[in-house]
Amino acid sequence: MISLQLPLRDEDILRLRAGDSVLLTGHLYTARDAAHKRLVELADLGKPLPFDIKNETIYYVGPAPAPPGHAVGSAGPTTSYRMDAYTPKLLELGLKGMIGKGKRSDEVIEAIKKHSAVYFGATGGAAALISKSIISSEIVAYPDLGAEAIRRFTVENFPVIVLIDCLGNKQYDIGKEQYSGI
Amino acid sequence: MRIVQAETIQKEITRLFLDAGVNIEKDVDTCLKNAAINEPSPVGKNVLEQIIQNNEIAKEEKLPICQDTGMAVVFVNIGQDVHIEGGSLENAINEGVRRAYDEGYFRKSIVAEPLFNRKNTGDNTPAVIHVNIVDGDKIELLAIAKGFGSENMSAIKMLVPADGVEGVKKFVLETVDKAGPNPCPPIIIGIGIGGSFEKAAIMAKKCTAKPLDYSNPDTNYAKLEDELLESINKLGIGPGGLGGRTTALKVHIEYAPTHIAGLPVAINICCHASRHKSCII
Repeated sequence: MISLQLPLRDEDILRLRAGDSVLLTGHLYTARDAAHKRLVELADLGKPLPFDIKNETIYYVGPAPAPPGHAVGSAGPTTSYRMDAYTPKLLELGLKGMIGKGKRSDEVIEAIKKHSAVYFGATGGAAALISKSIISSEIVAYPDLGAEAIRRFTVENFPVIVLIDCLGNKQYDIGKEQYSGI
Repeated sequence: MRIVQAETIQKEITRLFLDAGVNIEKDVDTCLKNAAINEPSPVGKNVLEQIIQNNEIAKEEKLPICQDTGMAVVFVNIGQDVHIEGGSLENAINEGVRRAYDEGYFRKSIVAEPLFNRKNTGDNTPAVIHVNIVDGDKIELLAIAKGFGSENMSAIKMLVPADGVEGVKKFVLETVDKAGPNPCPPIIIGIGIGGSFEKAAIMAKKCTAKPLDYSNPDTNYAKLEDELLESINKLGIGPGGLGGRTTALKVHIEYAPTHIAGLPVAINICCHASRHKSCII
């Protein structure tokens, strides 16, 4: 198990390999479909984004509302491919880490390699468990989007696995290959 | 004629969704625990253990099992000797959903219009409601909170009679293989065969809420369910899609009479967080 601080450093990203289990501590931003659309619309117009994306990590999540006494409600990953159309642009702007679940397009994998980034996976459907590693949450943009607003999370020992490393190795393919036909 | 108050239906719907959102079905829990013991992949076993732990936390702290608390799908079997008083069935169900998603701190995931402006309705309504008129004076409610990670991986195809059993198997395996890690495996697969285009899809949806130890009473279909499960679990996708044996927990098939020219097949995929509860009023 590797422990890493967020924002990620280039030397950490270079060392990570598909299949590594990692605990993340620090801050990250949340964004899913609607927020991605707005971010890329701004970027295409050459306008500044509502937060500095350079070296940051985005978690694809739309959390459930926080019950009293909780920093957030249940907050597991959403399926990442829906963000694929927008991801290369964000990587170009300096995004370094993504957390989600599921496969990515060839265009995203190429952009991960080109910009030396990393795609992590969190366990889909383990949303109550994951919420335990989120210490604080504040909305930084698009409150009108409700669950889809961009939030800044402070996380402590957030459990993830490297799904696609900076060389383009893909854990889903490696794992499936190993157990296929058994 | 038996009179049932609309408010009674609303309260039952609220209770069912509040229960479904945080308390995993006992059969799913048992199945996950058995799978965790038998899963040969260490990383797959770890995913199953996280899911089991997650479901315990959800139950103890009344937190949603998954942040995607789903689209509310309600099947109503209403006896023809029942009269609903004090409001409409549709309003009662939607009010029930509204209150459950508010009281339970569930996520509101429904947009009023799908294509042009996608504005959130803010209360997770409207529900998708399927009504059947049946004999008797009871109302049977089945509440399903359907997550869309798995819904998006579902598929329907109009096969032709010549495709036969092999055609069905091929379509199911292709669909599950293509879905890979996206629908949060281990999954539960509902398959509707026959009927018309929409009938097949509705049967598939209902299948996702059947008990995991239930098999189709027709031995041909029961055998097909088992064969499909075996083949799916040889794909190697595994828990979380990270590699392993436990890709699906169960395959359920329901069939219906169909046209001489047709063989509709609908596959509805449900994630391991299979959330559904039922009651009889």
